[in-house]
Amino acid sequence: MSNKMHVKLNVNGEDHEFLAEPRELLIYALREKLNITGPHVGCETSHCGACTVTMNGKSVKSCTVFVAQANGAEVTTIEGLGNPDALHVLQENFKEHHGLQCGFCTPGMITRAAKLLEENPNPTEADVRFGIAGNICRCTGYQNIVKSILSAASEMNAAKEAAQ
Amino acid sequence: MIPAAFEYYRPTDMAGVIALLQEHGDDARVIAGGHSLIPMMKLRMAEVPHLIDLQAIEGLNGIAITGGTIKIGAMVTQHEIINSAEMEKAAPIMKEAALQIADPQVRYMGTVGGNVANGDPGNDMPGLMQCLNAQFHLVGPNGDRVVDARDFYEAAYMTEREDEEVLIAVSFTAPVGGFAYEKQKRKIGDYATAAAAVQISKEGGKVAAASIAMTNLSDTPIWSKGAGAALVGTACDETAVKAAVTAMLGDIDPTEDNRGPVAFKRHAAGIVLGRAIARAWSRA
Repeated sequence: MSNKMHVKLNVNGEDHEFLAEPRELLIYALREKLNITGPHVGCETSHCGACTVTMNGKSVKSCTVFVAQANGAEVTTIEGLGNPDALHVLQENFKEHHGLQCGFCTPGMITRAAKLLEENPNPTEADVRFGIAGNICRCTGYQNIVKSILSAASEMNAAKEAAQ
Repeated sequence: MIPAAFEYYRPTDMAGVIALLQEHGDDARVIAGGHSLIPMMKLRMAEVPHLIDLQAIEGLNGIAITGGTIKIGAMVTQHEIINSAEMEKAAPIMKEAALQIADPQVRYMGTVGGNVANGDPGNDMPGLMQCLNAQFHLVGPNGDRVVDARDFYEAAYMTEREDEEVLIAVSFTAPVGGFAYEKQKRKIGDYATAAAAVQISKEGGKVAAASIAMTNLSDTPIWSKGAGAALVGTACDETAVKAAVTAMLGDIDPTEDNRGPVAFKRHAAGIVLGRAIARAWSRA
């Protein structure tokens, strides 16, 4: 019953192959098998969004995906968006606008926001609030998170225009 | 939370799925987006020794709108419903309802097929399918069959679908007139305390036809024939809406739970239906 299966995952552009029980959750495979610890385990019940990653172009809560389902998938985590030497625009703006306090929800929040801005580069404040409704922050009251995302959107659009 | 161990299968055609269901019977279940099933497995309220993933099956995706009929593959996600311009044009109530399901991440994974087949009274699509008089397409060892949505639900998690059958699509005639899906919930991601799906068509300033269904107010979704009938021929005035609400209240049978006592749920049901009728009428 608890036979392990071969799992292939492409995470942040890198191929990984490992053995896992089908029932292992994607979040634990990322954190414990691959040492990719950006996505956090928050509630582990699909509510809080701290474990949000992008899987095959979708924002998903990786606590609610079996690693077996993810076999063959392309996954992007916060580590794939930026790093301390080259922050993503969203990370810059979260820093600039104090879009975090304890920071626990931040990797999920930014990973989700990146997908949101990819799909809707010109969101209204309401779009942002609705778009991150699956990510819970217990510190900030969301004001600065929303500010950070809106500011990142303007910056990304300005950069796009400048490039044209 | 760690679910019980299971064997995982990812067949590439329906014949493979049916064969597995026949081989393992009650011990097997299909998984679509998994956002109802996985939480239940993690809580160990569902044990699934053989889990059959539908993600690699061709032909379960896609929305087809032909000759006024809308057919939605079982694996179409809520996210796809929301972002389909075609769907918004043909049946805008689908988008309005899908936007009120769970949260963005869940909507990327949650499917129409899973939502209707699961039989959870809290799911929104079953009520909506009652309102739209949809048909559910099933395939099993003995071939295909079609079941009316209004005949599909027997009790909580109990449906007309046999264990060896898979729901592969839903279809319905493109609705006409005004629409509304109104949902009262405690927070984003919650199931409805009460929700109402309403379609109203108008002719000469009067209601020509009305279809009304309610979510999470009984152990199945409720299509209230009487509530729709109470509006027909009226100008959708206060008296008519009151009559529709009264008829609806006669059809629902809510139970007390953490969303409130029965009296509160009946109150909320009346409020959401009143709002849904007003909005649908304003759009008719």
